[in-house]
Amino acid sequence: MSGLFAALSSAVAWLASVIDPLCGPIGIFRLFGSGTLLACDNAGWGDEISYGFMVTATLAIATLPVGLVFGFFIALAKQSEEKSLRLASNIYTTIFRGLPELLTLFIVYYGLQILVQQFLASLGYEGPVEINAFVAGMIALGVVFSAYCSEVLLSAFKAIPRGQYEAGDALGFHRGRTMRLIILPQLVRIALPGLGNLWMALLKDTALVSVIGLPDILRQTGVAARVSKQAFEFFAVACLLFLILAMLSSIVFSALERWARRSEAAR
Amino acid sequence: MSHAETMIPPQPAPPGIARPFTAQRLIGNIALGVWLAASVGLFLLMVDGWDPEKFAKYGPSFISGLGVTLGLVGASITLGALLSLPIAFARMSKNKILGWAAYAYVYFFRGTPLIAQLFLVYYGLGSFRPQMEAIGLWWFFRDAWNCALLTFTLNTAAYQAEILRGAIQSVPRGQTEAAAALGLPGRVAFFKVILPQALIVALRPYGNEIILMIKGSAIVAIVTVFDLMGETRRAFSRTFDYQMYVWAAILYLIMVEILRNLWAWLEDRITRHLKR
Repeated sequence: MSGLFAALSSAVAWLASVIDPLCGPIGIFRLFGSGTLLACDNAGWGDEISYGFMVTATLAIATLPVGLVFGFFIALAKQSEEKSLRLASNIYTTIFRGLPELLTLFIVYYGLQILVQQFLASLGYEGPVEINAFVAGMIALGVVFSAYCSEVLLSAFKAIPRGQYEAGDALGFHRGRTMRLIILPQLVRIALPGLGNLWMALLKDTALVSVIGLPDILRQTGVAARVSKQAFEFFAVACLLFLILAMLSSIVFSALERWARRSEAAR
Repeated sequence: MSHAETMIPPQPAPPGIARPFTAQRLIGNIALGVWLAASVGLFLLMVDGWDPEKFAKYGPSFISGLGVTLGLVGASITLGALLSLPIAFARMSKNKILGWAAYAYVYFFRGTPLIAQLFLVYYGLGSFRPQMEAIGLWWFFRDAWNCALLTFTLNTAAYQAEILRGAIQSVPRGQTEAAAALGLPGRVAFFKVILPQALIVALRPYGNEIILMIKGSAIVAIVTVFDLMGETRRAFSRTFDYQMYVWAAILYLIMVEILRNLWAWLEDRITRHLKR
């Protein structure tokens, strides 16, 4: 079993090294950066920064589905007829939209550490506990994303006329089926622009995770800047990489929006 | 002709409509219970770790940190509003080069994280110390607070320019034409006709931008400015007391909620002529 896992992880690592846009066989740094500070060998910082690029992209992509699913259920809770459910979900959004993302990150990181430590202490294990920075970042960013996401989805839900639900009833659909076949396709179409903005915000918020020690773009360039004493160049590279990510995602989102509107009548 | 011979005897009240105990209600009660337990837990944590000495020692520094946060946000929002005017007009101008330059500016500041911009200014420009000293700008960039102010101003100017542009373009063309038909000069038409209508649209995004700035300003703690977050981190590193973060969270929440309610009231007030 462990052999399988090792094979899988090495396969994934090989795939990542092949499609690596910065230091892969046809990476930008590999082609243009050799001999400079951004070279991909031990002399340059290209490979470190490329690793950071991957970490940032992975963190954002891993957080997205968690936040989306959670946000969807919170949006459902917010329009429920049950008072307690509405109150509980409104408390959630008020708190996590009001706190600075950095503070949420610290609260999750140190809070989880204390909770796990106390839990293990009750089991009889005394010792230092270190929480994985990736997991803490994913939880904190996912929580913030889901709070904003629920607001976007709620307003999208409100934009769908009641008649659509009634049409589902008239066709004899079960509630889940109405949701899946009638409401969700329209919901995606209405909510996509808002979700695109949230994705951009999420991408930028991942930079905060460098503060708790995750080797993302900003941390790797920060280390390079400190060692090489060329801070401006390296932080400019970090900004450029974030810009590239933003451009890529705006291309993807405009394609998605076109896809979501494909069945709309041409006007 | 018939009539009732006896009074109808008093009846008990009709039974209330039964509310079935649905799954939704169960989940709602559980969620509320979790919130209640969490708040009681936090309260107990605070009572348990309550230390008047700590409060006397770190309370004032929290207040001064709050002042630094508010000062930084207020100054950068105001300066950014001033800077956003020319950017918004450049973005709307017919001159291709101006429009493109403004677009690039806005794209850069909206596409990169605030923290990376702050590092670029504080550490990046800081590495040009000899050149800075030569042109006499070093006194400004030496101080982290000034760097934070510069970064935040540039950043919020980009966002505010977009808000302003969207709002001005949302005013129908007919308004401009009506002002022209009345013979109003361009400046008067802009300030008396277009801008007041644009500000109604822009009010809510402006409020969101201020809230974003308050939240975003927490990152200056990383470049050694002792704002609310910085004071919290300092207190935490000295005491290892988790309460410090809870106090900071409460203060941030109070700030944001006050601003949010203020903005709701303001919007209610300036749109009262639109209500029927």
